[in-house]
Amino acid sequence: MNGRALCTIPGSIIALAVLGGCAFTPPQAVFETGSALEVRSYQSRVLQSADRDAALRAVIATLQDLGFVLDSADATLGTVTATKLAHYRIRMTVAVRKVDERQVLVRANADYSEPLKGKSAVSIEDPATYQDFFQALERSAFLAAQNVE
Amino acid sequence: MTSTSRRLTAALPLALLAACATGIPKGALRLPPEAAADREAQTRRYEGITEREVLAAGAGVLQDLGFAIDESETRLGLVVASKERSAVDEKQVAAAYLMTLLSILALTPTEPTYATRQVLRVALVTRPAGVDRAGATLVRVTFQRSVFDNADRLVRLEAVTGPELYQQFFDRLSQGVFLEGQSP
Repeated sequence: MNGRALCTIPGSIIALAVLGGCAFTPPQAVFETGSALEVRSYQSRVLQSADRDAALRAVIATLQDLGFVLDSADATLGTVTATKLAHYRIRMTVAVRKVDERQVLVRANADYSEPLKGKSAVSIEDPATYQDFFQALERSAFLAAQNVE
Repeated sequence: MTSTSRRLTAALPLALLAACATGIPKGALRLPPEAAADREAQTRRYEGITEREVLAAGAGVLQDLGFAIDESETRLGLVVASKERSAVDEKQVAAAYLMTLLSILALTPTEPTYATRQVLRVALVTRPAGVDRAGATLVRVTFQRSVFDNADRLVRLEAVTGPELYQQFFDRLSQGVFLEGQSP
């Protein structure tokens, strides 16, 4: 065995030990890049509804119409979360809060993933997708009934 | 134009295409044409019983079917439940082992893969029917499932639908509603 090999083998062991000792931390994703304010503007819509619970029920009905299965809802907080599975996965949270006696603010945010292909979730930032959701919500017969009242 | 900028210009449409490919399918949150028909199939109307009683009967039926209640919000008329069950289909297992046998004969051995378990989820939603709110309650139920294979890889993500499924579920709910109506 020559000297170089002697050097190389312990060298590799040291390198492995050092790398093994390094705990590679995956990047944290608590805060995301982009303008939070800008994102929120197309994720939000003011609707004519005097009754927040009625608006939440309309959100639930709309999510069901869109093929979502509800995960949870909280009338006190005014939030609804639902998941759609169709080869892909969309998870969406909708929050409803009262603006005044006649209006509520609906805020939606959703993410999209393809777990079958090993693709992790990304935040949906396409305004047209949210617009589709709000159009469906506005069409909801129940909310329409509320508007008439 | 330098060669670098030319290369960048050529790469731009490709980058845009790649961005589209990873994005959400167009119209994923648009009402599908079959939305009204689906809603009708997934919904039943119950008369002469309060919304709360229907919700309780629904939770009871889900329990009878072996589901565990994960979440509920009575004020909004919601019960969410789930259960895990076997997804083994003997024909699929046999086919998987046959494929493995063939792969060994072809000198490219592969492991047999077949579905083993599934997680089913259901959301039961009630709401007062129309103007006469005291009189009738609408119940809508929707199911979905995630299926895993023998290596615990996710292999299917889908809605579970079908007229027979809803018919059977609502037959049971009708019995449950009747019993709920009878209970003191």
